[in-house]
Formats: sequence, C-alpha cells, structure tokens
Amino acid sequence: MAKEDQGITLTEEQKKKRRSRSIAIACVLGGLVLLFYVVTIVKLGPGILDRAL
Amino acid sequence: MSLVERQDMMSQETAVWDGGMGSVSDYVALLKPRVMSLVIFTAFVGLMLAPGTVHPVLGVVAILCIAIGAGASGALNMWYDADIDEVMTRTRKRPIPAGKVTRDEALAFGVTLSIGSVVLLGLLVNWFAGAFLAFTIFFYVIVYTMWLKRSTPQNIVIGGAAGAFPPMIGWAAVTGSVSLESFVLFLIIFMWTPPHFWALALVKNGDYQAAKIPMLPVVAGETATRHHILAYAVLLAPIGVAPYLLGFASPVYGVASAVLSAIFVGLSFDVWRKREGDPAKAACWRLFKFSIFYLFMLFALLLGESLIAGA
Repeated sequence: MAKEDQGITLTEEQKKKRRSRSIAIACVLGGLVLLFYVVTIVKLGPGILDRAL
Repeated sequence: MSLVERQDMMSQETAVWDGGMGSVSDYVALLKPRVMSLVIFTAFVGLMLAPGTVHPVLGVVAILCIAIGAGASGALNMWYDADIDEVMTRTRKRPIPAGKVTRDEALAFGVTLSIGSVVLLGLLVNWFAGAFLAFTIFFYVIVYTMWLKRSTPQNIVIGGAAGAFPPMIGWAAVTGSVSLESFVLFLIIFMWTPPHFWALALVKNGDYQAAKIPMLPVVAGETATRHHILAYAVLLAPIGVAPYLLGFASPVYGVASAVLSAIFVGLSFDVWRKREGDPAKAACWRLFKFSIFYLFMLFALLLGESLIAGA
C-alpha cells in the first residue's frame, strides 16, 4: 500500500480541539443517562418496584 | 480507474482537512445563546401560566428541549446563511464565516440537535409539545431561512412566528394542547417582532443591501419602513394589554402594560418623525433597545403574577 494512503492527518490544534469536543460530548451523554434515570423515577414513582415477576 | 488508484486519489484529496477546528465555545455560538435566552424565558412563562401542574423535573426537561430546539434552528440558520453572514458586519465573526466550523459540521450539529430535542420532548413530556417543537424548527429553517428571508420584504413578519411559538410550546408541555391565552402570548411576540427588527434594519440598512436581503428598508425604502413600524406599534399596544383585558392578568399588569405600550408607540412615533442623520439613527437605536425591555417586562410581569398566585 502506498505510504501516503493514510487518510487524514490531524494537526496538533485539531487534535486538541477534538479532545475538548469529545469531553463535552461525554458530559452530554452522561447528563442524558442521568436525565433518563431521574425522569423514569418521576414518571413511574413508587410504581417502579411494582411489577409482575 | 482501479480501486487502488481511486483510494490513492482520495487519500491525497483528503490529506489536508480544514474541518475539526471548532472548539466547544464555537459550537455553543452556533446555538445563538442570546436568542436562546429569550426563548427559554418566554417558554418558561408559557409553562408557568398554563393551567394545571407539571412535575418540576419534567418542566425543566421541557424548557431544556425547547432551548435545544431553538439552538438547533440557530445552527441550521447559520449553515444556510453562511454566505450572507460573511458579508454583514454584524454576523461576520460567527463560527462559519470565521472559518472555525465548516458548513457540513454545522448542518450535522443542527440536524442532530433538532431530532434529539423533538424526540426527547415527545418521549419525556408529551408528543403534542414535541410535534409543535418540530413544526417550529421546520418553520424557522425551511419557511423563514430558506424561503422567505431571501424572497420577500415580509420575511420578518411571517418568519417572526417561529420566534413567537416558544410560549405556546411551554403551555403545551403542561396541558398537551393550546388555548386562547397561549395564543395571546404568541400574538404579543408575533406583533412585536417586525418593529423590533425593522428598527435595527433601518440602522443596518447598508449591511442588508450588501447582502442582497430584501428587508423592508432595502425594498420599500426607509420612509415606508417608518410607516410600518408605527402601524405595528399601534397594533401591538392593545395586544400587549390583552392578557388583562381577557382576564388572565391583574389590573397591575393592565396598567403597566398600557404605560409600556404607550412608550413603545411614542418611541415609534419618534422614529417616524426623525428621518435624517444622527437623530434618526439614535431614535431607531432607542426603539430597538426599548423593544427588548418591553417584551421582557410584559413576560416578567405575567411570570411574577403567576408566581404570586401560586404561592
């Protein structure tokens, strides 16, 4: 395979920006997990434990 | 062309990539945070005024979704209007013309947030509110940005509806429907938008001319725009007082809104009267700044009354 066939090579600045964006996306995803957990409790309330086995 | 040759060409074409330069703050800027803050505020007022109750967590979720939906609309607006933004001094520093975010990145960001906000509002609050938010995004991006903005001087009048829907969505998040009261909240913002933007357009007329946007001052001239501003201000005045007249606000709101509306009409008359040089420009700026205060005060009064009534 040709040596130059390595796709995109990111600059250091692009890598730095990507890292900060990745952290932000991770925070948003973590927030969504927490949100769905809290809303499930709010919507189902005590009924969350009241289900047929 | 063989597969190896094609891969070789693609690798050379994509070896230098101008994307991926946006920081988190650039993506936040794509959401138009200042517009978003007004959307959050008016949607919150709609949510608080609605009859019935909503669990505080679901209320926060509703406002969050409406805010993200509004931000997504802003990102899609910047994606489509990048060519205009580059020409106008007011918008030249936005992330796309500044070369920090590519158009494709803004499009992907806007579409992702649009779908996410609508699905989240539908799943967690109710689907009527979710559908209403989807319609608002569609109206702002397709009807206003892609169609009306570049084709008619009435762009702001009809497109203003998109900015006026948030209190109705907030209301719908609680009740699952809309009503006359929520429609009045919509109507206040809808009638407020044209004089607010035309006051700015009179000052920034050169910008809009350069960008070839058919704003009213560009197409019909500054005098006709002044007539329109005054007419809309006069029409807005009774609508501003309407919450009291229709019985869902107190006499305190009635008096305050009447005084604020009278000042709005007075400042619009000043814009209509002063047509040359710096005094004309100063009159436009005064109206533009007061219009923001006016809208904030009307909704803040309604919010204050609902909080007092609920205490």
